[in-house]
Amino acid sequence: MNPAPSIVFFTTASGAGYGLLFWLGLLRPLRMAPHAPEFGLLALAVALVLIVAGLASSLLHLGRPERAWRALSQWRSSWLSREGVAAIATFVPAGLFGLGLLTGWDGLAVPAGLLAALGAAATVWCTGMIYASLKPIRQWHHPLVAPGYMVFAGFSGAALLAALGALAGRATVPALLAIGLGLAALVLKRRYWAAIDAKPPRGTPTIESATGLGRIGRTRPLDPPHTEQNWLLREMGFRIARKHRDRLRGLALGGFGGAALLALLALPLGGPLAALLLAAGALLALGGLLVERWLMFAEATHTVTLFYTGEA
Amino acid sequence: MTELPPPSAKKLGLVIDLDTCVGCQACATNCKEWNAGGHAAPLPDFQPYSAGAEGVWFNRVHSYEAGEGEAGRTVHFPRSCLHCETPDCVTVCPTGASYKRAEDGIVLVNAEACIGCGLCAWACAYGARELDEDAGVMKKCTLCVDRITNETIPAPQRQPACVIACPVSARHFGDLGDPESDVSKLVAARGGYDLMPEMGYRPVNKYLPPRERPAPNPNPPAEAQPSAAEIRNPLLRWLDRALSR
Ligand code: SF4
Ligand code: SF4
Ligand code: SF4
Repeated sequence: MNPAPSIVFFTTASGAGYGLLFWLGLLRPLRMAPHAPEFGLLALAVALVLIVAGLASSLLHLGRPERAWRALSQWRSSWLSREGVAAIATFVPAGLFGLGLLTGWDGLAVPAGLLAALGAAATVWCTGMIYASLKPIRQWHHPLVAPGYMVFAGFSGAALLAALGALAGRATVPALLAIGLGLAALVLKRRYWAAIDAKPPRGTPTIESATGLGRIGRTRPLDPPHTEQNWLLREMGFRIARKHRDRLRGLALGGFGGAALLALLALPLGGPLAALLLAAGALLALGGLLVERWLMFAEATHTVTLFYTGEA
Repeated sequence: MTELPPPSAKKLGLVIDLDTCVGCQACATNCKEWNAGGHAAPLPDFQPYSAGAEGVWFNRVHSYEAGEGEAGRTVHFPRSCLHCETPDCVTVCPTGASYKRAEDGIVLVNAEACIGCGLCAWACAYGARELDEDAGVMKKCTLCVDRITNETIPAPQRQPACVIACPVSARHFGDLGDPESDVSKLVAARGGYDLMPEMGYRPVNKYLPPRERPAPNPNPPAEAQPSAAEIRNPLLRWLDRALSR
């Protein structure tokens, strides 16, 4: 699948923003993140900037962005529609959360923050399910894809909250979360790659089942239907060379592991040094996730290529 | 609405005969011609007169080789929307633009509501949807909905453009929900099948497999030889006699 930069950026940025919103809304009432309203406002602003930048970038991907509001109508069947509804609905408690912080009224800030955390989790789950529900793309139609989106959002959000919290002198819990989720991301992604690299299970579509010509014998393309490109091939025929793939996988895992390691180093320290390490860790986490997301598209294959090349 | 309607009794679709298809591209060409001005018009072409020409087509004709050696066959294979009964291309659509008609099962895109997100094309296993990058909306085979019910054209013309263009009648149009229809009988008689049934989309369109090649005759007839009396030209008759000695 074509790794369109707008979508790679969107899912990574909005994932991190929702992750940050989630941890902020959840940890603040538990006193596990800096409690000062100024800090809350700063973290909330960072989260919202990431979310809005991501959403704007996803709008750029549409053929008719001005009609985007129509996408809110089919939540009964469409995960993309559900994502849109959840994303917009989350702005309401997030706004009230900000209002509560601004007025210093915890009676509003705490419940609104918790609701915003819930909305953030729901939105990220919908994003994951958009991909996980697509049967023709076997690398996406996999049980680890949607949970992966949750883990990656939680990981990058925790890394960001740790980096911001260090500025306010309280980063222990978010840093611990970033370590745990970074390792979880590492394990999950390795298991996922092992699964999609393995021989596809029986019942996976082949050129023989796609054309029904398996009844005659092994089937291979002879003449293509068109000699030039078309949208289908540009969109779904993207292929990545194995050597690049291996190197990029290493980079992504390095980003996850590096972020966890820096957070671990920062734990016993404190002050500006910890803040520096945690900021570097958050950047590593986001960089690793950008590579991971690019790969998630580049490595995915679509059944339509069976008709063209005999392989998917 | 992108929820699927309850299954309709009428299931309009195509039956494509892989035995007779000669891969001439007439169906693809006539499809493009009709639809460039029909329900889904226009169908864009980019750089049509230079290298890198490409555009939106609803029907693409592939050619395959299947089997080995003497049993091997060349099979021409037209590919267009199968108007599936339970397709994800409809349910994933966030806007309701992609829909399946409740009355006859035709799968269409409402170009007025489509936002061009491309998700339905990702969800189609068969590559039957192509984005119109000019208008920013999704396009696909309409089953020539603007011909088959069109009262302003003569009745025999109320067939999909690809069907009437086919010079070898490899394409048939009809109601596959009615077991007594011509197309249903054809499918039953020839063992018509679904493409990629494991996808679970339950295509309405059916493909008829290439016929079995007749088994070679174990006692081939001896080659018929002309008798000398049949040779009219005297010179050749003499030559024949001379050479046969
Ligand atoms: S062939 Fe593709 S576009 Fe047509 S109905 Fe089936 S899934 Fe949808
Ligand atoms: S491209 Fe159009 S028809 Fe397809 S899913 Fe998006 S909005 Fe629906
Ligand atoms: S039914 Fe009409 S739109 Fe569909 S492939 Fe045939 S000619 Fe094209």
